[in-house]
Amino acid sequence: MTAISFEGVNQTYMTKSGETTALQEIWLDIEEGELIGLVGPSGCGKSTLLSLAAGLLPPTSGTVEVFGQKGTGPSPDCGYMFQQDYLLPWRTILDNVLIGAEITSTVTPALKHRALALLDELGLSGTAHKHPHQLSGGMRQRVALGRTLLTEPRIVLLDEPFSALDYQIKLQLEELIADTLKARRLTGVLVTHDLGEAVAMCDRIVVLRNRPGRIKRVLSVPESLRSLSPLAARETPEFHSLFRTIWGDLQDEY
Amino acid sequence: MSTKHTPEYRRYLRRQRRDTRLVFAVQVLIAVLLLAVWEIGARLNWINPFLFSMPSKIWAQFLSMLHDGSLLHHTWITVYETLAGFLLGTIAGTLLSILLWASPFLARVLDPYIVIFNSMPKVALGPIFIVAFGQGFLSILMMALAISVVITTIVVYTAFRDVDPNLIKLVRTYGGTRWQVFRKVVFPSTLPAILSTLKVNVGLSWIGVVVGEFLVAKAGLGYLIIYGFQVFNLTLVMLSLILVLLVSTVMYHAVSLLEKRALKWKD
Repeated sequence: MTAISFEGVNQTYMTKSGETTALQEIWLDIEEGELIGLVGPSGCGKSTLLSLAAGLLPPTSGTVEVFGQKGTGPSPDCGYMFQQDYLLPWRTILDNVLIGAEITSTVTPALKHRALALLDELGLSGTAHKHPHQLSGGMRQRVALGRTLLTEPRIVLLDEPFSALDYQIKLQLEELIADTLKARRLTGVLVTHDLGEAVAMCDRIVVLRNRPGRIKRVLSVPESLRSLSPLAARETPEFHSLFRTIWGDLQDEY
Repeated sequence: MSTKHTPEYRRYLRRQRRDTRLVFAVQVLIAVLLLAVWEIGARLNWINPFLFSMPSKIWAQFLSMLHDGSLLHHTWITVYETLAGFLLGTIAGTLLSILLWASPFLARVLDPYIVIFNSMPKVALGPIFIVAFGQGFLSILMMALAISVVITTIVVYTAFRDVDPNLIKLVRTYGGTRWQVFRKVVFPSTLPAILSTLKVNVGLSWIGVVVGEFLVAKAGLGYLIIYGFQVFNLTLVMLSLILVLLVSTVMYHAVSLLEKRALKWKD
């Protein structure tokens, strides 16, 4: 089944000083269960695509469908992970994880139990009643992952979620997120600046070109790479050859 | 934290404590010196004791007014008016900022009016308040309100607008309404700013109330200052001034304490 489909999507931003076309004629089907990477030069509309998928933004023209439904606003099927954790500093970790359910008024004692179990699963045992500033950056981003997963979205939109982390933590989190998405059979859309990350984690990679953002090319990652964990994939020759291909594509854009 | 400290750390703590004590000692010394110079200067006629009174006379006045109950009566009236003006100014200012945040259209419409009203010296409205609200409590309250409401609105509204847009986006990705955005993110994250305007508002309400009492009151510390001045009892003026000083300091610290407790999660 198609999880997200972009059909002839155009997106224009209008301000007093003029209008900018962020995306032009985007046709893209994202299949259920796949992890798709969006790479491209900055300003090519990667994040705009994510906002459109999340239903935060209506497209200027064209349609965006999530599981065959034309979106009219944020869909509970989509979870969103940000560049930074954006945990609310005045809330405890547990309350931070519960915020999505609070907004949709679905907090129950059973859900709180699930939240605690999820924290354990993410290696965050014993943090439930701490405040965000008492946790390290990597732990906080894992809390943010828990917050995203708790509302049980079928699609997880990842807006450069590793960009603010130290390299080592970033690698660990890539593993964790790749594993989690696969284990739960979730669809993922990963926006990233880091080509290596896209190649190591994703099943398909969409290369975008700049101003206005258009799809330049969609590449399939070979099965031999997909079956490996992100860390192991980085060691293979296929990784490097695919990396170079995309690198070459992007060179033309800068 | 371990209870066993290294000798170096103990020495460090001792030094810290000694510095704190020294600062406090010098602070007390300055106060004592000022009072002594005032008392001696007045007694030796370096300064006119009739105009500037002297600490011993002020103390005697304090005791006699404490005894006949008038001291507490006047102080309570002023404190009551200040608290009312302070709460009203803060609540009205915060509500107004919520309104402005909720409606960007309204915010644009009201912008020039807010700027004009903010730059105007509110005390100048005194006569109009007396005409509109009568010679009493209401006029004083309105004066305190007028002085604090606009600045509260501006500060709180600016804080609302400065909230990280990503936090707002977070609530929106869960399908949150604008009101939920406000309750879950905007209000709690601006609470520190709101609480620190409280401290400013305490001071502003005091100005409003004392000026209001100058104009219309028949009781209160501001009234005592004006009354003492009119009957040339400068000792009464000085005593009232000192009381305003003391009570406003207490109120300021009470608000600071409230601020600390509300922001406990920061520890």
